[in-house]
Amino acid sequence: MNAGIAQLQMQFRDYTISLYQQGFLDDQFTELKKLQDDGSPDFVAEVLLLFFEDCVKLIGNMARALDKSTGTVDFSQVGASVHQLKGSSSSVGAKRVKGLCVTFKEYCEAQNYEGCVRCLQQVDIEYKTLKTKLQDMFNLEKQIVQAGGVVPQVDID
Amino acid sequence: MVCEMETDQIEEMEVEVLSSMWPEDVGTEADKQFNVEKPAGDLDTLKEVEIKDKTTFADLKRLPELMNTTQQGSSQLTNLVKQWEYMQDNAARLLREELKNLNRQREEAEAKELKIIEEYKFESNEPENLPVLDETSDLFLKFRQKKRDALLDSKKIEIDEVFDTVAYWKQKALRLEKMLEASTERERRLIEKLNESLRTMESHQAPVEELTQSLKRAEGFLHFILQSAPIVMGHQDKDLRYLFIYNKYPSLREQDILGKTDVEIFKGSGVKESQDFKREVLEKGKASKREITFTTELFGSKTFLIYVEPVYNKAREKIGINYMGMEVTDQVVKRERMAKLREDNAVRKAMESELNKTIHITEETMRAKQMLATMSHEIRSPLSGVVGMAEILSTTRLDKEQRQLLNVMISSGDLVLQLINDILDLSKVESGVMRLEATKFRPREVVKHVLQTAAASLKKALTLEGRIADDVPIEVVGDVLRIRQILTNLISNAIKFTHEGKVGIKLQVISEPSFASHNALTADNEEQEQNGLTETSVWICCDVYDTGIGIPENALPCLFKKYMQASADHARKYGGTGLGLAICKQLVELMGGQLTVTSQVNEGSTFTFILPYKVATSDDYSDDQDEFSDMADHHSEPDDTTEGYFQFKPLLGSIYSNGGPVIGNNFLPHKVLVSSPIKLINGFVTEPSNNIGQSEMVQVENGSYMDESRHETSSDHCPESAHQYQNGNGRCLPKESESCSSSQASSEGVTLEMETELTVSSHREEEKAETDLKETSKPKILLVEDNKINIMVAKSMMKQLGHTMDIANNGVEAIKAVNHSSYDLVLMDVCMPVLDGLKATRLIRSYEESGNWNAAIEAGVDIKTMENEKIRVHSTNRLPIIAMTANTLAESSEECYANGMDSFISKPVTLQKLRECLQQYLH
Repeated sequence: MNAGIAQLQMQFRDYTISLYQQGFLDDQFTELKKLQDDGSPDFVAEVLLLFFEDCVKLIGNMARALDKSTGTVDFSQVGASVHQLKGSSSSVGAKRVKGLCVTFKEYCEAQNYEGCVRCLQQVDIEYKTLKTKLQDMFNLEKQIVQAGGVVPQVDID
Repeated sequence: MVCEMETDQIEEMEVEVLSSMWPEDVGTEADKQFNVEKPAGDLDTLKEVEIKDKTTFADLKRLPELMNTTQQGSSQLTNLVKQWEYMQDNAARLLREELKNLNRQREEAEAKELKIIEEYKFESNEPENLPVLDETSDLFLKFRQKKRDALLDSKKIEIDEVFDTVAYWKQKALRLEKMLEASTERERRLIEKLNESLRTMESHQAPVEELTQSLKRAEGFLHFILQSAPIVMGHQDKDLRYLFIYNKYPSLREQDILGKTDVEIFKGSGVKESQDFKREVLEKGKASKREITFTTELFGSKTFLIYVEPVYNKAREKIGINYMGMEVTDQVVKRERMAKLREDNAVRKAMESELNKTIHITEETMRAKQMLATMSHEIRSPLSGVVGMAEILSTTRLDKEQRQLLNVMISSGDLVLQLINDILDLSKVESGVMRLEATKFRPREVVKHVLQTAAASLKKALTLEGRIADDVPIEVVGDVLRIRQILTNLISNAIKFTHEGKVGIKLQVISEPSFASHNALTADNEEQEQNGLTETSVWICCDVYDTGIGIPENALPCLFKKYMQASADHARKYGGTGLGLAICKQLVELMGGQLTVTSQVNEGSTFTFILPYKVATSDDYSDDQDEFSDMADHHSEPDDTTEGYFQFKPLLGSIYSNGGPVIGNNFLPHKVLVSSPIKLINGFVTEPSNNIGQSEMVQVENGSYMDESRHETSSDHCPESAHQYQNGNGRCLPKESESCSSSQASSEGVTLEMETELTVSSHREEEKAETDLKETSKPKILLVEDNKINIMVAKSMMKQLGHTMDIANNGVEAIKAVNHSSYDLVLMDVCMPVLDGLKATRLIRSYEESGNWNAAIEAGVDIKTMENEKIRVHSTNRLPIIAMTANTLAESSEECYANGMDSFISKPVTLQKLRECLQQYLH
């Protein structure tokens, strides 16, 4: 039993580190984790849920704004959404999404349609990937908790 | 007969000789031959020659003289004499031969006569029959005898009569008589012939006629040739007086020319020149040619090609000159026209090629410029990604070495970004896209910030100072960002080229400069009236001076040109793009001002820009002043409002050793680590003007150090270092500056005086007391943020820090919230919908200053409820507003400060950043 927990903890640690190393997450995510305490045990999950909801909404907005069939492309609308997404991703530590948003914003300011569309697709892929990865991570956490273990503090260095 | 033949031959020979001599003689003798009315007098032969053509004049007395004295003359005479002598000899020889013949004939005749006489004596005795002839001269006698001889000799006397009869003798006598008669007749004829012969001999004696003829031929030849040639020939003596002249079109009479000089004859330009030229030839003794244009009353403007040669006498002494002139006016005109044409052609060609070059260059430049702008933009996007990432990287945990590397990377990246922004700025200004903003700002503060920023990155032992004249308004309206950009540019330039001494900024109000057009001002006034604001314009002159290497005068004109530096050498030595000054100039001009420079090599340079600003009326800002004094009292805010002098003096060594290249710009968007806070303080500390100040300063340093170290110990993450920097510089230092300028402070009254008396420790106590007071009633914090997730995160963080906070989703909500309740701290997102953080802050500041929300209402913020509410006491306090920036260029820290924000936190917000911020602003 203990060995299983230890293994799960190990797995969790490795997985988390890999997420940092692969650039999915950054220190801000650690910050979030620090904010999670007994008073708000599901804080990170809540924030992330909100974040992914935000992603769906904003990407939907941008996709509509970039849809040429509905008329002219509204770059300011795209820009506003990208800004939002950038702020959100920055806040939750979704590093890759944030990085993409920076590029996306530049394209948007330059009114580069192709670049915007490409970025939008990438952002879409990226946030979904992140979502899957984080779900895996939460599953691991859950397993640890269910097994009666403590979710370890992962020191990222 | 023989004789005649001979003379004929001689004559022909002579003609040949003469004609063959002609070409040689024409040149040298032409003048004389053709100006001479009669050939020279002292030659016998010439005397007899009569030349009837009288087209020329000559001084007849002088000519012979000349002929005798000059070489040319003498050679001609020698020729003539030789010819004549030759002919004379010939004639003499002929005469002698003739004489010999005659003598021989006479002797024969005499011999015959003797024979006859003998015969006669022998045969007859009638000698008395010849009495007539007996009376004549001997010659005649001899002739008679001779004739007789001949007669006797030739004829036989035939007598038919019987010998020795009377008849016979009679007959014989008759016949003899007849023979005698015949003989006498023959003799007479002979004498006639002799006389005739003598006469012809006489005529042959002098071949002058031949000479005359040849002369005539020569003259005819010359006349034929020179008839219509536009030639003037003459001879002048040593004093350049004409002795004779040949002129095709004589318009002057003999007495007008002869014996006079050019100058005496003609008047007008060119005369003197020709005279001088002749004199020169005479002096040098060398024949020479020259073209001279005469403009005389006599024959207008004419150009002559003049040939002058010196004339020598037999003793090789100069006695005058020969001169020959040919009129070449037409040729000269033609030639000049040709030259002009050719010149025009060359000029046109040169211009054409120049134009082509210019066109080419312009095209190239345009293309290059366009490419540069495009490229700059293209580069900026990924580069800001790189810099942004690097900045984010710097917020992560790094070891010391990594951090240093990263800092170099960030500062380099920032430099490149700056450069690209410069280029884009420039093309914006050039294309007229650049917009200016009018915001209220405090010149003193701007100057101070610029100097502070410069001092932060200063690597030299330079003193930075700022002097602001008292008459400079506390607040003016202008595009503060651009003005700051200009100042920063000029200051960094000055620092770059200054190795020792000082660099400073001086502000003073000046009267309206002459270059400002009246129209612009009236337009401004109208605008002001439309705005319903009582504003006046003021011209402020800003000098940025240094004691640097100076600029050579020849480099001044191209100083403000793009990509130009004073010299290639400087470019190598000091680096830089050469864009800074061009941008400054364009910006200043865009704002309706003027940027000039004066400089002296090795003494320093002063860049001066004059700009018009709008100011609030004096009533307005006297109110403000009070307000600010109050505020300073309560909030210990930096009071730049009235300070007139700042100085930043580096303490040597401290910055070199550690801070050096790592120390960045306070106002740059990224954070820079400073490893040792005390050194930072040392680096920026203001130089006290007296001893009291000095002691204060030490205390200040200690206090700050304590402050910093406390921060350091309480934190174990790196990002806060930026905030230490912030604290050390942005917050603590201004206080120090104030306290140091004690002379200023004393005049400022109670507020500042109190500060000078306070040490920092007491200051701190006061703050603590304030904090205690606040803790009893929890500090109220307002978060202005539109992003839900950000709000959630921030809120959670605040909760961890033991605070709650109100939320506003945009600028308008923030203003309403600020109006509704009093806050101790506002965290303001910069980029928000509806009303962004910068504008909201400006409006809040405006409210603080004016006590009303007019500006906000004008901006379209709907604040109805406030009108009824009484203005709260705390509204006079300055509400700390902390910006939350996303570290992009659009949300630069400079802009935050310019808009009245007190500090900024870079996003994403972390617990640590938030904690520091609260520690700093919530006491």
